[in-house]
Amino acid sequence: MQHSSSSHVYPDAHQDTYSKTLFGFWVYLMTDCVLFGTLFATYAVLRTHTAGGPSGHDLFSMPYALTETLILLTSSFTSGLALLPSQCTSKYKVLFWFGVTFLLGASFIGMELTEFLHLVREGNSWRRSAFLSAFFTLVATHGLHISLSLVWMIVLTIPVWRHGLNSTSFRRLSCLRLFWHFLDVVWIFIFTVVYLVGGIHG
Amino acid sequence: MKRKYKLLCVVLFLIGLIALIVPFTGGADFAVLNPKGVIGAQQKDLIIISSWLMLVVVIPVLILTFVIAWRYREGNEKSKYAPNWDFNLLAESIWWGVPCVIVFALSVIVWRSSHELDPFKPIDKDVKPLTIQAVALQWKWLFIYPEQGIATVNYVQFPEKTPLLFEITADAPMNSFWIPQLGGQIYAMPGMRTKLYLIADEKGTFRGSSANLSGKGFSGMNFMAVATSQSDFEEWVQSIQGASEGLNWRVYSELTEPSEDNLPAFYTLEKKDLYDHILMKYGMPMSDMQMMGE
Amino acid sequence: MFGKLTLDAFKHDWIEVAAGLSMILGALFVAALLFYYKRWKWLWSEWLTTVDAKKIGIMYVVVSSVMLLKGVVDAFMMRAQQVFSVGDSHGYLGAEHFQEIFTAHGTTMIFFVGMGGVFAVTNLIMPLQIGARDVAFPFLNSISFYFFTAGAMLLMVSLIIGEFSAAGWVCYPPLSGIAYSPGVGVDYWIWSVQIAGIGSLFSGINFLVTIFKMRCPGMTLMKMPIFVWSILGSMILIIFAFPILTATLAMLSLDRVLGMHFFTPDFGGNPMMYINLIWAWGHPEVYILILPAFGVFSEVVATFSKKRLFGYVSMVWAIGAIVFLSFIVWLHHFFTMGAGANVNAFFGIMTMLIAIPTGVKIFNWLFTMVRGKVVFATPMLWFLGFVIIFTTGGMTGVLLSIAAVDFQLHNSLFLIAHFHSMVVGGVLFGFLSGFSYWFPKFTGFKLNETLGRYAFWCWMIGFLIAFMPLYALGFMGATRRLDHYDASTGWHSLFTLAGIGAAIIACGVGFQILQVVVSIYQRKKNKDLTGDPWNGRTLEWDTSSPPPFYNFAITPEVETRDPFWEKKQHPVSSPAPVHYEPIHMPKNTPSGLYIGSFGFLFCFGIIWYIHWMTIMGFLGVVISMIVRLSEKDTDYYITVAEIEKTEAESMRGGI
Repeated sequence: MQHSSSSHVYPDAHQDTYSKTLFGFWVYLMTDCVLFGTLFATYAVLRTHTAGGPSGHDLFSMPYALTETLILLTSSFTSGLALLPSQCTSKYKVLFWFGVTFLLGASFIGMELTEFLHLVREGNSWRRSAFLSAFFTLVATHGLHISLSLVWMIVLTIPVWRHGLNSTSFRRLSCLRLFWHFLDVVWIFIFTVVYLVGGIHG
Repeated sequence: MKRKYKLLCVVLFLIGLIALIVPFTGGADFAVLNPKGVIGAQQKDLIIISSWLMLVVVIPVLILTFVIAWRYREGNEKSKYAPNWDFNLLAESIWWGVPCVIVFALSVIVWRSSHELDPFKPIDKDVKPLTIQAVALQWKWLFIYPEQGIATVNYVQFPEKTPLLFEITADAPMNSFWIPQLGGQIYAMPGMRTKLYLIADEKGTFRGSSANLSGKGFSGMNFMAVATSQSDFEEWVQSIQGASEGLNWRVYSELTEPSEDNLPAFYTLEKKDLYDHILMKYGMPMSDMQMMGE
Repeated sequence: MFGKLTLDAFKHDWIEVAAGLSMILGALFVAALLFYYKRWKWLWSEWLTTVDAKKIGIMYVVVSSVMLLKGVVDAFMMRAQQVFSVGDSHGYLGAEHFQEIFTAHGTTMIFFVGMGGVFAVTNLIMPLQIGARDVAFPFLNSISFYFFTAGAMLLMVSLIIGEFSAAGWVCYPPLSGIAYSPGVGVDYWIWSVQIAGIGSLFSGINFLVTIFKMRCPGMTLMKMPIFVWSILGSMILIIFAFPILTATLAMLSLDRVLGMHFFTPDFGGNPMMYINLIWAWGHPEVYILILPAFGVFSEVVATFSKKRLFGYVSMVWAIGAIVFLSFIVWLHHFFTMGAGANVNAFFGIMTMLIAIPTGVKIFNWLFTMVRGKVVFATPMLWFLGFVIIFTTGGMTGVLLSIAAVDFQLHNSLFLIAHFHSMVVGGVLFGFLSGFSYWFPKFTGFKLNETLGRYAFWCWMIGFLIAFMPLYALGFMGATRRLDHYDASTGWHSLFTLAGIGAAIIACGVGFQILQVVVSIYQRKKNKDLTGDPWNGRTLEWDTSSPPPFYNFAITPEVETRDPFWEKKQHPVSSPAPVHYEPIHMPKNTPSGLYIGSFGFLFCFGIIWYIHWMTIMGFLGVVISMIVRLSEKDTDYYITVAEIEKTEAESMRGGI
């Protein structure tokens, strides 16, 4: 049975699954982009609605946010290293780099939770004003995505530890890595729109 | 076969005709099409002009549908059958082009009318506008006349041929202030001030309502809008100024309690800046409001 | 222990009790049938655990049909209330109950009938039309279906436990905020729509990837059937629009549950933001619904005119224009919010522009009939009814897009008549046309034509009599959603006329139920033996009825549009001997059902503040996903021998 040389393949071929899955995952990332976009738009509108309470200028610490940013940027770099051809050959190298990524991600979450706790203890919770509602929701949605990615990282690395890297785990880790990069990009926007703009202009 | 279809078409046509005509008989009051003020009149003209413009496309489509379906039915030997005919440049140009032209014409109308009939745009007349502040409550309308020092519930009176400036807000969920015979509506929102200019060109009693769902008693949120002569209006104002209960913050707070189907009520305006306070209620944290309370 | 859920939640008035009882009785009846025919195992292994798009499509049809019945009953109750509630009488429904009913009616029809219909027809037809064996992610497909059903179940459960929202199908704050709606109704609405919306989002991704990656050899984008183009447009809209809904509903829920201030009137919240966001989703949503219906009509008109669809390229451009424009018109839903003349004018003009590609499509369909041989089978009748209702509805839409006119007609019954013309005359008629068109393909027998005609005429005449008076009522200053009104308004006679129209529609619904029952009874007489009962043009007709579960034993190769029609025009006298290869298929799995069920529990827990249930639901979803990811044995190969056997047994060989 001769098939024409078009680029279209059908679901039987295994080599096709990678491209189909990655494409589907990119489409999912676009939807997540729109989701964050909605939260950003809401934040932009409600940024100045402080209802007599504190604004970003009063609350945000630039060094703190910068540290979080550097941690996340580094973790994005290490996650990229994990799946380089030079590293994929050894399951221990893959595990090592994802392990580093995990630790960095966990510290990021730790820092973020500390910041939230501090705000709440001072009475500046999400109930205080529309600005704070928007701030907490935007940043915490990102934090929730990061946390779920950390869980996902554990779930995916266990089979790698047990059986080594095969096409299925490589495909899934590629999706995870894409997701991690995406969340890093979203954080850059959060850092800029929320902390830089808010911290300077208030 | 043929007779059956013919009969069917006649029956359908009759039904359609009846369905179109019956609603417009029976002496019913078509508020939007029988406006009593210049704003409403302009809106009605818009409806008529735009409808005609669109019928230029719609009527041919409806006729074509019947004609084509009939002419090219399978049983008809006389029609040509060209199963692969699927493109004609002239036809495509016409049905992309003609609607574009019509939409262009309508767009000009849209641009001009949006500016002409902007609710925030004052009515051009020598007479100074009468300001009435309307507050949507649950589930009634409070009208405050700041210059006359009176207030009413579910009843608003004004002189004919005088521009009216309604300043509208709400101390309730989103509502919509609407007197169909005078003109279009605008939303009433807590913490926000919208404006609507209307004018009554003749004396009469007009029905007003809320046009946005705001809870259980929303259907009963109707009010009477009465246009009288200038002298009758001044008499009416004076009769209220003397004889009615004073509207201060305490009485107002009682008014904000939910109630339905309120009968018209009349007050003198004790708290002169009541409307501004109602607006500020949503801008300030509660504790500051309490400090201001009376 | 049970949060806010107490026995009070079960207290209802007699109408709600009757509704709840009939629901439970219906479910018990189905269960009894399953026991009697000993079909529980069959239900589990053939249907509940399936990942086959065709079966999932049929399940969508079943759920949507049940929800259609509910929505239509809601409509009849509303019409009846407005006939009786004139003057001193406040009808038979209290105001709050009436408001719950119209909220449930809109929510049911848009999310569970409309979206259900979109996914039903896409699952059933799209893979077949592109020569694929299934969709890109069959397991995700199953999850989407169960999230959809979980949403529908939440809405149904609200009838029995607690209450539903009374704030309108779009639930504007501040009315839908915790201050003005302290009950659980709005929460039921939020989570029922939210979980169904996530299912929709996954389906959007799934079907988009399928269309881009899984077309058979030779089928370039410009050779796809227009139905598939319509689905592609609809899925692109879903991908860009539904995340907005997800975020907005989440924010409304955060306001209600955690005391946030996104949309509260105080503490800096901005209800107008909700209105902008919800309509930024809401307008694309209506195009998500109508594009597949347009796609159905493209197929139906070409087939029943025995002719090529006119202006293929023009139709593709029209779909593209509609997709693009639908994102820049949303403000026309709230011209009266006071955005100012420039903004109102811009959005009004953009809205009018959408009428152009829509009109182009209607002309192309009409010209498909020109020089064709038109057969007036039931699917074609639905199309003709659509042209009449949709065109007049479209005209009133352009009228409403003029802001100054909208100031008089916004939220009046004129608006209701307009959008029902579009949604009933467009979306519903499209799905009903598709239902009667493709029914033989998936069941193996045709529907009773006579009853189908009766149903159509009842719907058509009933619709006109029910909704044309509403245009008049709008001009008379009648607002929507009124549970009672004064006799002095003079509206009563028109409401009565509308009520009669609704009764005629009820007969139409009755005929449709009768049609299905009678057709099942008469199925042996009306068998479809060839797989091609209508002399079709596209690949789905090149299979047996019903198709084998793997769709095509050999993946088709196409060279033109309408490949099956072309194949029939140039039959090969001695076809080359076929050589089968093993086919790779996914295995059935219960994971989709589990994930959907845990999703239901998660939502129910949030609604009633039952924290352990929320956590359990969330963990259940996550753990089910992890279990599924760890499964190794998720697919299998169909052997050549099995394929040969199935092909020989199919109707084309004769049953």
